[in-house]
Amino acid sequence: MSPDLAIETLGGERMRLNMGPHHPATHGVLRLVVDTDGEVVANCAPDHGYLHRAIEKIGECVEWPMFVPYTDRVDYVCAMNANLAYCVAVEKLLNSDPATKVIVPMRAECIRVIVAELNRISSHLVAVGAMAMDLGGYTPFLHAIAQREGVNDIFEKLCGQRLTYNYITIGGVGFDLHANAAAETEAFLAQFEKEMIRFNQLITTNTIFQNRCAGVAVISAADAVAYGLVGPNLRGSGVDWDIRRDEPYGIYGQLGVRVPVGQAYAGRAGRVGDCYDRFVVRLLEINESVRLVRAAVQLLPPPAEKANDPLGGFQADVAKQLRKPPKGEIRARTEAPRGEMGYVIVSDGTKVPYRVRVRTGSFTVCSIFNTVMKGIFLADVVTVIGSFDIVVPEIDR
Amino acid sequence: MSALAFADIVERLRAVFPAATLPAIETKTSDNGQPWLLVPANDIVRVATVLRDDPVLGFAALCDLTGWDLLKYPANPPSTDIAIVYYLHSLIHRHHLTLKVLAPRDTGTVPSVSSVWPVANYFEREVFDLLGVHFAGHPNLKRIMMPDDWIGSPLRKDYIYPASYNGIAHLRDGQKFEDAPTRGDAAAPAQAAKP
Repeated sequence: MSPDLAIETLGGERMRLNMGPHHPATHGVLRLVVDTDGEVVANCAPDHGYLHRAIEKIGECVEWPMFVPYTDRVDYVCAMNANLAYCVAVEKLLNSDPATKVIVPMRAECIRVIVAELNRISSHLVAVGAMAMDLGGYTPFLHAIAQREGVNDIFEKLCGQRLTYNYITIGGVGFDLHANAAAETEAFLAQFEKEMIRFNQLITTNTIFQNRCAGVAVISAADAVAYGLVGPNLRGSGVDWDIRRDEPYGIYGQLGVRVPVGQAYAGRAGRVGDCYDRFVVRLLEINESVRLVRAAVQLLPPPAEKANDPLGGFQADVAKQLRKPPKGEIRARTEAPRGEMGYVIVSDGTKVPYRVRVRTGSFTVCSIFNTVMKGIFLADVVTVIGSFDIVVPEIDR
Repeated sequence: MSALAFADIVERLRAVFPAATLPAIETKTSDNGQPWLLVPANDIVRVATVLRDDPVLGFAALCDLTGWDLLKYPANPPSTDIAIVYYLHSLIHRHHLTLKVLAPRDTGTVPSVSSVWPVANYFEREVFDLLGVHFAGHPNLKRIMMPDDWIGSPLRKDYIYPASYNGIAHLRDGQKFEDAPTRGDAAAPAQAAKP
């Protein structure tokens, strides 16, 4: 866990600085041991484990459906996507044997896309808002959080929770949409789009903000792939890859997901793969998510009388399959706001998983910290952390 | 620029190596029909380098590196090894490959692939921490999630739950873990101090 703190490892005139574990810009209990040479970072050693809750171990102790609430806690900023990742993986395991096949109702698939994309919007709002706040722009953060409240209100009406939803279940979703859900979602999106114009005027096109981000911590496409960057961090480096489009799960294949990539958006000072590209890619993904929510609402079949109706139902019958799932292993990948959330699931044929492993975007991005932090200014460290959109529970699990 | 099926990937891999130095790779299938490739531990870095650098294979991304304990898995024949699993992906060719290395339970040491895929640095630290497999040649093989002085590897199936940590009790007086022996019990076997 802890990095080598012996003072002898410091060379010359260097100073050792502890950022965190309780630093406002580390977005949780992440500790960076930063060695500085003047104002320049000479070495940066991340220290993890303060938030380790043994979620993978818990997965080996509870039954298949009982693990869904724990997936909320893997990443509470986008709990819907975290639910979805696990449920998609278990369904893939069940579908690997014809005897335990599960057909998720079409209506449930549409609801999943609606809630997952709404949650992606709120997660990216936290990311871009917090990054702006880290750089001294407090107002845009408040605007972003105010909009996030709108998403939370929709979810609260849907499932009673505002942060950890436990809404998506294996084989469908927990509850059907209420009668006004589509209209209320559209009302939110309509005012949200106007609000985003104001948000962009406030911060995205702000020259000071652009100059703070442009050309900072540039990551080449090859490095991004080699260090396991995923999601907006990977796309910010110009790699055109999105699991929703390239390996679609659910109904994403029908929706034609458009994928924004980094293009040195900051203009002359910008480079592909700098902090500003990662920031802008998230904003563009918000726009795409708005479109996907509307497209999924259009596809939504009318509700059926029976909950397990393959078209208009919202929950397939899986209780029997989950008592005796197929023996074997499976890996399923989904695109969460922080990139690939991949579950490896091993089943020994009983009602309790043999092994549950979740691969998260924030964990792998920490492996590039030392490489990108070397040689940048100390003040830019918070810019880089903000641009990676780290959620610490995802790192420590 | 075309995705290869599992059999084609293995065929290409066999063709790249000269016959004399061909590692003893074996194709296997999991109980639910997922194909994977068994690689001898000593050859993993060689195989990984070829998989990354060969233009037809092009596995530039290591999506995940994890493992699990086979001790209680109902396999035939039963095994006591720790399986280390590598999930590779090619962003150019859009194909996948699953590799496995079996590490013996007590003396399990696997060469580190962090020189091939830098992200393996973190993945291997996690496997070392939670499953107690050593990775030879790893630049910084330390626990990543558990405290440095933690005893045992929590995700091993014969893990013994501690009753306390540094004098802080995990259990109330008279309370016991239901189905697992607790360290400090007379019945519990001794556990090595290092993972």
